[in-house]
Amino acid sequence: MEPQTCIELRDVTFAWPGEPALLDISRLTVSQGEKLFLKGASGSGKSTLLGLIAGVLSPRSGLISVLGQDQAQAGGSQRDHLRANRLGVIFQMFNLVPYLSVLQNVALPCRFSPDRARRVSENGGVTAEARRLLAQLGLHEPSLLSRSVSALSVGQQQRVAAARALIGQPDLVIADEPTSALDADSRDRFIALLNAQVEASGATLVFVSHDGGLAGQFDRALDLTTLNRAARRQRTD
Amino acid sequence: MGVSILGLAWHSLVNRRVSALLTVLAVALSVALFLGVEKARTAARAGFDQTISGTDLIVGAPSGQINLLLYSVFRLGNATSEISWPAYQRLTARDDVAWTVPISLGDSHRGFRVMGTTSAYFDHYKYGRSKPLTFSEGRAFDDIFEAVIGAQLARDLGYEIGTPMVLTHGLGTAGLSDHDNRPFRVVGILAPTGTPVDQTLHVPLEGITAMHVGWETGTRNPLADTLSESVIRSFDLTPKTVTAVFVGLVQKGTLLRTRRAINSDRQEPLLAIIPSQALAELWAVMGNAERLLLAISGFVVAVGLVSILTSLLTSLNERRREMSILRATGARPSHILFLMLAEAGGLGLAGGLIGMGLIQLIFSLTAPLLTASYGIALPGTGLSIIDGATLLTVTVAAILIGVGPALVALRRSLADGLSVKV
Repeated sequence: MEPQTCIELRDVTFAWPGEPALLDISRLTVSQGEKLFLKGASGSGKSTLLGLIAGVLSPRSGLISVLGQDQAQAGGSQRDHLRANRLGVIFQMFNLVPYLSVLQNVALPCRFSPDRARRVSENGGVTAEARRLLAQLGLHEPSLLSRSVSALSVGQQQRVAAARALIGQPDLVIADEPTSALDADSRDRFIALLNAQVEASGATLVFVSHDGGLAGQFDRALDLTTLNRAARRQRTD
Repeated sequence: MGVSILGLAWHSLVNRRVSALLTVLAVALSVALFLGVEKARTAARAGFDQTISGTDLIVGAPSGQINLLLYSVFRLGNATSEISWPAYQRLTARDDVAWTVPISLGDSHRGFRVMGTTSAYFDHYKYGRSKPLTFSEGRAFDDIFEAVIGAQLARDLGYEIGTPMVLTHGLGTAGLSDHDNRPFRVVGILAPTGTPVDQTLHVPLEGITAMHVGWETGTRNPLADTLSESVIRSFDLTPKTVTAVFVGLVQKGTLLRTRRAINSDRQEPLLAIIPSQALAELWAVMGNAERLLLAISGFVVAVGLVSILTSLLTSLNERRREMSILRATGARPSHILFLMLAEAGGLGLAGGLIGMGLIQLIFSLTAPLLTASYGIALPGTGLSIIDGATLLTVTVAAILIGVGPALVALRRSLADGLSVKV
């Protein structure tokens, strides 16, 4: 059976008002359950692409289908719903709300999405599920849950962010340079743990990094610089 | 467990507690000032209205009703003319009049007004809600040279029962015109009332006449000081005039008719006024200042609210990343708006409540003190509808003020997308 499509982009362009095109992608398809590595240097338009997929930005033209919803046509609240219910996002750093505890940070998506809250409660409740995810990401210590996030190391913070992205079984996890602040050892361990969790839940992963050396740990790798015609044009200028 | 949206607003605010507390303090102080002015105004009004009660009419020589009220009740200014003793006797003889208390003003003692009257004054003069005068020490006068002093006069001059006094003709402080051969002494001290009675020295009408023996022409008769006390006592000391008369009626129903009858006396022009009416007219004159004060304190509340706006706007940069994390984890624009408006409303509500508490505390601490030493009651300083209305207004205004910064936060969080480079 042909795997279903999770993300499909066709002839997508994006530009801030009054500025030249930042992003121009003729075709990009990601299958469900696939773990895609996108290599992108800064300025390649990777954050813009992820913003378009997550539905916080709207393209100037083209089609962006995410989990069956056309993000280009959908209204703001439909995109907000899709993001809240079915997407998990991890940033480069500063992922966590500084004034909330580890547990409160991990549980945050359940507050905004009734769907995720329901799925979590079917799995035994927020605390149990957060504890399980954190443990599987290598954060075993029970006292950690109530600790302030500012007391954590960067590596621990990124794993908390991963647990938050994964809670409530999202269908798609987007990671924007989540390892750039980590040393080589913790980077590889983080990717292995994230991949295992994504696989276990059957989610799709889009992982963006400027470090092409990571590509081997994913199902497929693409270079955003070749994919994005706007970036190519800029380079030839 | 997770944390609710309102909990998020709370945690975020606690995270910025110093600036939040300063903002709440600014709002609290402005609300306390406003409520304090409003309550003091209400209390002053009530206290003012209760300077005199139980007296149905005040009768004096024709001038204006405010003028008559000012000199007869507040001891301010002077009577331009007086009414004759026969006119006073005719008033007393009227069938519809239950009692009369004549008063005679015009002299002073060390800056305090001297008032000649009869001992009936201590029975009939009422203040507050029909509270009678009471003696904290001693008794009413029953001799020409006996005096009863008000509480503040006793305190300020240090007078006690038996203290001898020299009373001055006219209103000068001391000096040439001392009546030193007519020794008055204190026989009674009145309890504090919070009215001008506290600053008054009361002597019998005959005492006033005795003070003026030898002064009939308006200047000092050289013989005046040669008269001994016993010679003065032998004179007929019935006054020829009195300054004003307090009148109580047999039936309140005849008030307007009696007033009209007195005002149209054929033998001597008289002016009868209804104290409550004159007080209301006088308050209308003074009320402008009080309304101005209220308006100013209203502006202070507006300044307090502006501090909420300042606090919200300065927090926007600080919270930019926070907002974009919340957006990425699924917060909708309505959540962002709610977070900002809840914070604005919370600051307003907290400031309002603390301001209310502060002013209640201040009044409950000072009220017993004021009543004990000055006899001033502070009516209407408890919680009232004004407090509720102020609290509601401040909270709603704070939320409305929050709309601007909330929209800015929303627009930024939409434009920032998923990543903020901070």
